Amino acid sequence: MEEVKLLGWWMSPFSRRVELALKLKGVGYEYIEQDLANKSQLLLEYNPVHKKVPVLVHNGKTMAESLVILEYIDETWPNNPILPRNPYEKAMARFWAQFIEEKCNGGLWKIMWCKDEEERGRLVEEASHCFRTLEGELKGNKFFGGDEIGMVDIAANFIGYWLGVVQEVSGMELVTRDKFPVLCKWMDEFVEHSVVKETLPPRDKLHAEFEARLGAPSWKY
Amino acid sequence: MSKNELVILDCWASPFCMRVKIALAEKGLDYEARPEDLFGGKSDLLLTSNPIYKKVPVFLHDGKPLCESSVIVSYIDETWPAPALLPSTPYERSQARFWADYIDKKLFDSSAAIWKASGDDAMEGAKQEFVEVLKVLEGALGEKEYFAGDAFGYVDILAIPITCWFLASERFGNLKVEAECPKLSAWIKRCMAKETVAKVVPDPEKIYEFVINLRKMFGIA
Repeated sequence: MEEVKLLGWWMSPFSRRVELALKLKGVGYEYIEQDLANKSQLLLEYNPVHKKVPVLVHNGKTMAESLVILEYIDETWPNNPILPRNPYEKAMARFWAQFIEEKCNGGLWKIMWCKDEEERGRLVEEASHCFRTLEGELKGNKFFGGDEIGMVDIAANFIGYWLGVVQEVSGMELVTRDKFPVLCKWMDEFVEHSVVKETLPPRDKLHAEFEARLGAPSWKY
Repeated sequence: MSKNELVILDCWASPFCMRVKIALAEKGLDYEARPEDLFGGKSDLLLTSNPIYKKVPVFLHDGKPLCESSVIVSYIDETWPAPALLPSTPYERSQARFWADYIDKKLFDSSAAIWKASGDDAMEGAKQEFVEVLKVLEGALGEKEYFAGDAFGYVDILAIPITCWFLASERFGNLKVEAECPKLSAWIKRCMAKETVAKVVPDPEKIYEFVINLRKMFGIA
């Protein structure tokens, strides 16, 4: 009997990535919500190095880091693959997932916490280039994975959904429909996808949380 | 075509390039290493095949470019499966990828922060962080010969090149890796005794000289 557990946090795009992959493959799991302000013994024991969510537990074996977990899920449950089988295409998917993590998400994070107007302007300019590059990678396809969602789409989930809320709350106009029509079309397709829909945190709750946190001097955890 | 023309756009001092060269040597593959002048002027091939990061290594397989060293090493392992660099089970692979991610995020930067530090506080902080990272890795190694067990593999390949930069951190930081982490130090010697590694990883004294020049270029002391 397969036993799959996921330690996650409702607001975390990282733990939502794992949920999305499990749901795409029809894998049943027990979800254990974590309180990141008061980390549980379980979390600290399962992820002593980073003490973060998500953590996947499969038949007692624990794994951390969402992109690492996605690869494990794809290898263990090969139906509805999220990575290409061709080694070169697989390598490119990994490259883009890392690019999204480091340059796009990384850039957004810096912008969200930058209090200096001029510096923020510079960061937004830099991030714009990254989003332009990412947009180019869609190459006329519905998703980064082609006709279906793949690892790159899953990795881009923050951009697909969370970013819209962040922009609303902060007034930041980075990825707008007139500047990035192709990327925004991808965002529409992403959030409308039948399985993705099930994994998105409620928008009003997310809005309220971002409002509270973006006003604070720093993200608490 | 498919004559397996393998090219790496290279820099002798780059631990990220060394990773790729060690992987190719482990697989017994012939390749051409084209040195790049990273400070004088990057080649057109580098700029066109890695327009996003403009960095080495770039690996070209029959003209098709790949960037980001961990992605390249995974690709090499999947394209030429013997001898295997990654472990055989999905779970063991997830552990290897977890440590690869940790090494990518922490090892080089924490080591470099020492020789980049200006001021006692920055130096103390950098030293503490570096030693902490080393101890975490030493913990992951445990009593094993190599990170995955008895065989030299993926995690070892990603980590060992960075260790030739440690002498510079030791000299500028006035610390000794062997004193702080004897087991990790023994692992370094074990890896360096391998022909595939020894042929690729330069004498740390040469890297130390390289760092002295880098510091002059960056205007540090």
